[in-house]
Amino acid sequence: MNMPLDVERVFKPADYKSAVKPVWCPGCGDHSVLLSFQRAMAELALAPENIAVVSGIGCSSRIPAYANCYGFHGVHGRSLTIAAGLKVARPDLTVIVASGDGDGFSIGGNHFLHACRRNIDLTYIVMDNRIYGMTKGQPSPTTEPDWDTAIAPGGTGLSPFHPLVVALASGANFIARSFSGDLAGTARMIVEAVRHPGFSFLQILSPCVTFRPDQQKGWKDMVHPAMVPETDDPGRAARRLMTDDGFNTGVLYRGHRPPYQPHALAHLDPSELEAEFAL
Amino acid sequence: MTGDRLPPADAKKWSVAEFFAQALAIEIEASERYDLLADQMEVHNNREIAEIFRKMAKIEAHHRDEIERRAAGALVGGKPAKFSWIGPSGPEAIDFEDAHYLMTPRMALQLARVNEERATAYFEEIAASAEDAGVRAFAAEMAEDERQHVVWVDQWIAKYAPDEGPADDPDPAVYQE
Amino acid sequence: MTRQTSPTLSVVLTGSGGAGVMTAGQTLLDAVTGGGLYGLMTRSTGPQIRGGEAAAMLRFGPEPVLCHGDKFDVLVAFDFENLQRFAAEIPMDASGLILADPAAGEPPEFLLKTGARIAHVPFAKLAKTVPGGRVSMVALGALAKLIGLPEEAIVGAVAKSVGKKKPEAIAASERGVLAGAAAAADIAPAARLAAPRPKPGARWSLTGNEAVGLGAIKGGVRFVAGYPITPATEILEWMAPALQKTGGVLLQAEDELASINMIIGGSFGGVPSLTATSGPGLSLMIESLGLAVASETPVVVVDVMRSGPSTGIATKSEQSDLNIAVYGLHGDAPHVVVAPLDIGDCVATAQWAVHLAESLQTPVIMLSDQAMGQARAVIDKPADAHFGAGRLTWANAGESYARYALTESGVSAMALPGVAGGQYTADGLTHNVKGTPSSQARDHIDQLDKRRRKIESFDYGAHWAEIDGEGDTVIVTWGSVSLPVREAVAAARADGARIKIVALRLISPAQPDKLAAEVAGARRVLIFEQNHSGQFWRYLRAHCDLPAHVTPIYRSGPLPFRPGEIRDHLMKDA
Repeated sequence: MNMPLDVERVFKPADYKSAVKPVWCPGCGDHSVLLSFQRAMAELALAPENIAVVSGIGCSSRIPAYANCYGFHGVHGRSLTIAAGLKVARPDLTVIVASGDGDGFSIGGNHFLHACRRNIDLTYIVMDNRIYGMTKGQPSPTTEPDWDTAIAPGGTGLSPFHPLVVALASGANFIARSFSGDLAGTARMIVEAVRHPGFSFLQILSPCVTFRPDQQKGWKDMVHPAMVPETDDPGRAARRLMTDDGFNTGVLYRGHRPPYQPHALAHLDPSELEAEFAL
Repeated sequence: MTGDRLPPADAKKWSVAEFFAQALAIEIEASERYDLLADQMEVHNNREIAEIFRKMAKIEAHHRDEIERRAAGALVGGKPAKFSWIGPSGPEAIDFEDAHYLMTPRMALQLARVNEERATAYFEEIAASAEDAGVRAFAAEMAEDERQHVVWVDQWIAKYAPDEGPADDPDPAVYQE
Repeated sequence: MTRQTSPTLSVVLTGSGGAGVMTAGQTLLDAVTGGGLYGLMTRSTGPQIRGGEAAAMLRFGPEPVLCHGDKFDVLVAFDFENLQRFAAEIPMDASGLILADPAAGEPPEFLLKTGARIAHVPFAKLAKTVPGGRVSMVALGALAKLIGLPEEAIVGAVAKSVGKKKPEAIAASERGVLAGAAAAADIAPAARLAAPRPKPGARWSLTGNEAVGLGAIKGGVRFVAGYPITPATEILEWMAPALQKTGGVLLQAEDELASINMIIGGSFGGVPSLTATSGPGLSLMIESLGLAVASETPVVVVDVMRSGPSTGIATKSEQSDLNIAVYGLHGDAPHVVVAPLDIGDCVATAQWAVHLAESLQTPVIMLSDQAMGQARAVIDKPADAHFGAGRLTWANAGESYARYALTESGVSAMALPGVAGGQYTADGLTHNVKGTPSSQARDHIDQLDKRRRKIESFDYGAHWAEIDGEGDTVIVTWGSVSLPVREAVAAARADGARIKIVALRLISPAQPDKLAAEVAGARRVLIFEQNHSGQFWRYLRAHCDLPAHVTPIYRSGPLPFRPGEIRDHLMKDA
């Protein structure tokens, strides 16, 4: 994959942070994700102005304003589509998409399927805290069925969604999971996701200190590196992803689909289109 | 995994320049981390903790300056020797996930203390196992610095009476979007 | 301007079950206009995907023909299956001629009631007598004889569409045409084609949807994302290869929510972008149109209007999306709405829409309709249009950058990704001049003022409306309704009436001063539109000072206004 590397300019992680101070709660995993993102971009040596961070709505989606890159903070659930249009129109840019489990898997679910299927060269980072944080704590598609909330007393009773399996079935070319507290692992996976051509999906377990502090404090002890090396065999990956405990971290699947990037065939003047109408 | 802050396996083989590069990186990371946490606390109107983290940031910055002096010509071209931006977290950086907007001074300083203890262990490990004598010597100095820091933090903690953790915020969380 | 006082000939072909009515209509259009006449063709179908009943409605004349007349002169029926469906769309009277296959049986009641003369030619039997014979060719041959069209014209049209590779097909068509012509030799014609202009200039054959696509590309669009919907899909299908040839790209999206957001993304990257849809799709796009307004991202959304509400009648025209186009966005979200007046005007208006979107950094909704979109007309080649410079972009000249700076015009320079120093985050959240989210009253009001100022203080120039004629009767109208209006007014003027037509292209922002100047001193003002609730009239009332005596005439689709209907309204208290 072609990536512009500005080797003359040496980049530091601080180059990728804007002057805007994050309003995320202290204790939120998204602070770590931002730092991992900065480190990953510095490692990739990409000029900040050649990176676009596209997001939807939710706590995680606040990230573009905190990055010193071009950004688009769109409407709820549509970040993948803004990003797709941007990357197809401007293939020279590195486009990172940021979302949360509600924005990405509920209202954004349909676009998720098609983004994986289309396999445009994007990197999709979903900060999964198993809750709708910004609207004060409703269950999301990845929430456990018995978790009690005001809107679903006693729990939803619905099995959570398997985003990594859905990604695989829909055609994603790179699937990984990390934990926000593992800065090195997360940064490394962001680097690999960006480097890998096609649609790269990284689920980052990012605890919510305000709405799920007790349940998610234990996450740092529950995450563990995957016990088998990554695979490029979708069947094997499917079995593993369907049966893992949700805390398996690492690059879990790396496919070989060529990325989708439509090209114009010619650059004729529009007046050349008129001949077909002439009598 | 996040608690593991010991030196990497290849630390035994570091040259003096590489050692100082790593030590510098640790202090820079520590100072930056305290500043970021101080920012978060300011945004959340916990001025007391913000000041504590700012102070810690300054202390680590001074320590960094100190190391630069000691390193003198050992650094490569005036900046840390080549290392990856995506290495494991150093021993002196608080995990973001451990913060809380109503954390008490004791809680904040306990986290700082853990940093200093980890840093102590880190440098002690290198002082014991590095192959280069110069590295062992500098590491031992650093370990002593960090032990001293543990003492300072303990003295600082002692100024605060024991508490029961974060206060109770009677206000519920607020819808934003 | 159209002056439909010259003689036109209206023909409708009907049939079902694979008889090839649509193809025959196209062949007839090509054959007649190949000889120098102008023409218009619209089509109606049943709900079946194939094999359904179909009607091709054509009108020809020595001047450009842009709407159907009050009646059809000739109806050629391959059969009468389910013809009742089209009863309201194919008015005839006693002067008309129905040419039918006797094997089709008795014509339906509604046709008998018209009093039109019935003549028989056994299309099916004759088609079987010639090798490769087709009912449609026999019918066209018979029709050609009756209306004074040389048989070779039909064969020539078939040859052009089928191509030189199929000489046998061409020969078979010729056999069928000649058989039909021979069989019609003794039938008295009802009406005949007029003679063409001595030297017509350059002419085009195209549909409104194709014209929109061409205009958009001429305007600079190089990225389209879209989702199929009747009656707009042809825009996407025409633009896909056209964009590939001109350096652009089209992406089929998974739904309209994706379409509008993809073009926002493409435009954010600096590429003029467009989508095309109809009413139901526009409804889905409304939220993100607001995002385009708030983030000041230029996009063009073409709505080829169809009968609503909800799923409505997908294949029929109406002008009932004005309200949602103007008012649909939540919050105060000024943006631009334009509407072309006819098929040729679709080219320049689409180009203009792109120019406005880019210059004003805002969404522009272009309200076309099914009547223009899916109709095919032979017209004079439209003149090239030229509009000014487009998007104001930012180049780093050393100063710090505020994306949403409060400028006098309201338009602030846009940094394109890749420009160092211009990094900003575009946002639907209310923001300050730098784009940082803000809930401060000052920032909210400043940005609302800025966005309203940029839309309202722009000089839209002469394109805002097409003004024709002078008189103390003023007609105000828009879109495809302006076409029967023009024809009716031409006929009235031929009788000495003095009437002014004000046909708006710029729907929003309203132009109260300009409209007031056009209706000043009018004794009466008539407003014509094709929807059930008088959306256009009520919109003008809300934003403009209209004179006391205004007569709004509005009715829904699916039937088009006819010139005679307009004329009747003109005659009332004339």
